[in-house]
Amino acid sequence: MFYKVLFMDSQHPPLETLQDIKRIMERSSRFISLSGWSGISAGICALVGAWAAQHRINSYVQTVYGGSFDSGRPRHYGLDTPAALYNDLFLIAAITFTTAFISAFIFTWIRSRRNGTRLWDRTVQRLAWNTMLPMVVGGLVILKAMEMEYFELVAPGCLIFYGLALVNASKYTLGEIRYLGYGQLILGIINLWAVRGGLYFWAAGFGVLHILYGAIMWWRYERKSSSQ
Amino acid sequence: MKNPIENLNKIFDSRIRMGVMSILVVNEEVSFNDLKQMLDVTDGNLASHMVNLEENGYIKVHKGFIGRKTNTTYSITRAGEKAFKDHIEALENMIKGMK
Repeated sequence: MFYKVLFMDSQHPPLETLQDIKRIMERSSRFISLSGWSGISAGICALVGAWAAQHRINSYVQTVYGGSFDSGRPRHYGLDTPAALYNDLFLIAAITFTTAFISAFIFTWIRSRRNGTRLWDRTVQRLAWNTMLPMVVGGLVILKAMEMEYFELVAPGCLIFYGLALVNASKYTLGEIRYLGYGQLILGIINLWAVRGGLYFWAAGFGVLHILYGAIMWWRYERKSSSQ
Repeated sequence: MKNPIENLNKIFDSRIRMGVMSILVVNEEVSFNDLKQMLDVTDGNLASHMVNLEENGYIKVHKGFIGRKTNTTYSITRAGEKAFKDHIEALENMIKGMK
């Protein structure tokens, strides 16, 4: 049993060495500074955006149809036009996406500074490319769907392509993001057969799921380090 | 009883060489500068370890250019992958032996 004595004296006990190896592998291949707060803030932005969109749609329906789409032909056509509605919704979507992205970026930036990792290294570049690819392709499909006036496909399209992007991203960052992706995919697919609830599915996916995911990730990885 | 320490690879005694192998095993091709940054070592120090690993046939060197600047990248060889796996197995066996 002389080897026991040997490595008791050695500077690198085997368990510590293995842990080192694991840490280096993770650090060199995955971006691990993604903050739970990013998910929470993006989710809040999405909920506010969905609320604003709902508000705008309600006001359109109120003005033009006098209450509900189902009440038949538009009565006060011209006071509010589909083009104006379309423009406002597009603006709301753009503002929501921008604020969600910026707030998510800020929290992750703070965390990466605290971790002492660079924010633009190979792991981030790979993560960005693999997330953006499905999202950009999906964005084009959704734009085409809007052009063809398949507005019902916008919400499920967002959820499905974003879900695929997240599952793809899970190989390059904290692996749990995969489950957030599965959640978005399930909501998106159900939404395809429940097209009238688009905005609710959208709010559940981009709002509620993001906040839930962010809170869980914060609890798992950041709670201890922030209380120190 | 077999002495598990004889399975440990002497070349991986160095933490830097161990670190280089850990990075190359999960990344297809990594540049000298990225290795330097990830392991937090100086140029000269890293270069001598890279030469050592190359001479043992564990890594492959690719010399390229980005514009006029040289860009040296490294990847792991089959022999390197096997040596690294054996070393980790030996470490694991030592831990099992301790219990």
